[in-house]
Amino acid sequence: MSIVLDAPRLVMSRPVLEINNVSKSYGDVHALHDVSARAYPGEVLGIVGESGSGKSTLLRMLNLEETPDRGTYSLDLPEVEGNLFDLDRFARRMLCATRIGIVYQNPHLGLLMKHSSSGNVAERLLVAGERSFAVLREKAQTALDASEFPLGRMDAPPIELSGGMQQRVQLAKAIALEPALLLLDEPTTGLDVSVQALVLDTLKRLQQDREITMVIVSHDLGVIRTLADRVMVMRCGEVVEIGLVDQIFQDPQHPYTQQLVHAKL
Amino acid sequence: MNLSALTKPWEAMSYSFLDGSAKRELRRKILKSVAVPGCQMPYASREVPMARGWGTGGLQVTLTLAAPQKTLKVIDQGADDSVNAASIRRFIARVAGTQTTMDTLRADLIQSRHRIPEEVMREDQVLVLQVPNPEPLRPVQPNMSIARQMHADADYGRMWLQLYEQLVRSGRVMQGASYPSLVHGRHVMTPSPIPRWDVPKLHMAKHLTILSAGREKRIFAVPPFTRVEPLVFSDVPYKVEDHADLICSRSGTRGFFMNEIPLEDGSSSFEVSDSEWGVKTIQSNEGEAVTLGETWYKNGEMPK
Repeated sequence: MSIVLDAPRLVMSRPVLEINNVSKSYGDVHALHDVSARAYPGEVLGIVGESGSGKSTLLRMLNLEETPDRGTYSLDLPEVEGNLFDLDRFARRMLCATRIGIVYQNPHLGLLMKHSSSGNVAERLLVAGERSFAVLREKAQTALDASEFPLGRMDAPPIELSGGMQQRVQLAKAIALEPALLLLDEPTTGLDVSVQALVLDTLKRLQQDREITMVIVSHDLGVIRTLADRVMVMRCGEVVEIGLVDQIFQDPQHPYTQQLVHAKL
Repeated sequence: MNLSALTKPWEAMSYSFLDGSAKRELRRKILKSVAVPGCQMPYASREVPMARGWGTGGLQVTLTLAAPQKTLKVIDQGADDSVNAASIRRFIARVAGTQTTMDTLRADLIQSRHRIPEEVMREDQVLVLQVPNPEPLRPVQPNMSIARQMHADADYGRMWLQLYEQLVRSGRVMQGASYPSLVHGRHVMTPSPIPRWDVPKLHMAKHLTILSAGREKRIFAVPPFTRVEPLVFSDVPYKVEDHADLICSRSGTRGFFMNEIPLEDGSSSFEVSDSEWGVKTIQSNEGEAVTLGETWYKNGEMPK
C-alpha cells in the first residue's frame, strides 16, 4: 500500500508594487532611465546609491508627486487598476492620502510643525473622511503608540520635539490608515546613533507586526542591511544591480556595488 | 443750426452710481454664484465713494439690484442708525431713488454688515452681506492658488484639523464669527463675520443671500432653500452664543442675540443687537400698532 501525499500547493504572490521602464529627464539631465522594480507583500525593498543617482526622484514618483516621461506604475489594490501615472490629480491625492504612507528625511516636509502631534496624525484620517472627534483621538493615539511615541506628549507640536520624536510622528501619520505601501526617504539621517537604532527597531517591529510593504531609500548601508529584504543599487538614474540583501553585501557583482560596499566597510 | 439742436438735453443715462457694464458684469456674476452655491466668483470690483473694507462689495451688489420701486434697509452690526449704515442708506437712496426703511418686513433689499435680522426673511427678499475675507481656507493655506485647487478638490481636511486643534487645546471650538460652513454639500464658505447665532438662519432659508467682498473682488451666494451646515464633528455639536436667557435692558425682549454693555461696577447690561427689533418691541409694549414678524429663534432656541 502506498501513501500518496498531496504536494504542497504553491501560490505565486503578486507584487504589491510594480514599476516598469520609468524614465524622467529634467532638460538634459536624465534623472531616471528605464527603471523597473517590484516589491512583494510584506517585503522591504532598499534603494541605495550615491547622491544624484535618482533615488529620491524615484521615491517621489512612487508617491505620485511627479509624473515620468514614460513608464508605468501599478499597485495591487482592489480600488485602482492600470497605470497610476494616468490618474488625475484628485485620484492621485486620494490614493496617496489613504493607501501610501511616506516618511521624509526632513520632518518639515511631512508635518505641520505648529499643530499638535495627534493633529498631524488626525489630518490623514480627516482626509479619508473620518468625522468623529473621539474616533480621531483614539486612532491617532493607537498610531502614535505603535510608533513608540510617548503618549503623554501626543498633543505637543512637533516643533517642540526632538528629531527622533518628529520621525515617530511622521511614522504614526504614515501608518494611521494601514497603508498598502510605506515609503521611507532617509528616515534616520541626521539622528544620533542611539536614536537611529530606536527608530530602526520601531520600523522593524512595525514591518513584522503589520507586514507592510516598504520601500526605503538611504545613503546608510547599515540601515539598508538592517531593514531591507532586497536591495536595488542605483547609479546615474539607472539600476545597476538588484538582489537579496546578503547577496548584495557579501557578493556584489557590479563594480559600482563592490565599490559602494567596500567604501562602507 | 446751433449746438442745442445737435445735442440732446442732459439726462441721466444710468442710475445707481455704477455704469451699465459694471452692473451687467455683477448681475452675471451673481447668477453664476447662485448657480454654484458657496463658490467664490471673481469680479472686477469698481471704485465707489467709500474706502475699501467699509462695505464696498456689498454696496456694489446693492447698487446693481437697487431700483426706484425697491425698498432698502441697511444694517451695520445689527443697528440701522449707525453712521456707516445711515451713510450707505442715504447714498443708495440718492443715486438709485430707492425707498428706505428700517423695518425688516417692509424691505425688499437688505444690506448688512455682520448680522442677519432676527425676523424671518421671505422669498421675495434679498440679503446682501458685506464680506471682509471671503476665503475660508486662508488661515490654513495662505497660498491662494493652492487654496483654489483645494476648493476644486473639496479638500477641506485642514479646516477640520483647525477645529480639532481648537478642541485639543481649549476643549471647545473657539471660532466665533465667520464660522466655516458647507454649502449645498460641496463648497465651504465663510458666511462673513456674522456671529455663530446667525449661521443656522442661512440653512434652508427662503431668501437669497449674496455675499460680496469688494477689496478681495469675490462674490458668492446662498440661494433659497439651500443647505448651509457649519463644519462640526459628528460627536461635538455646533453651539451658538449662550444668549437665550439674556434680557434687553431697554426693550425687555428676551432670547435674541445681545450686545453686552459693560457697566462701571464691573457687571454688564445687554441690549438686543437687532436695533429695529428692539424699537418695534418697545413700540408694541407701549401699545402702538406695529407688526412684529415671525422670528428665527423662538424662546432663544432655533427650531429644528
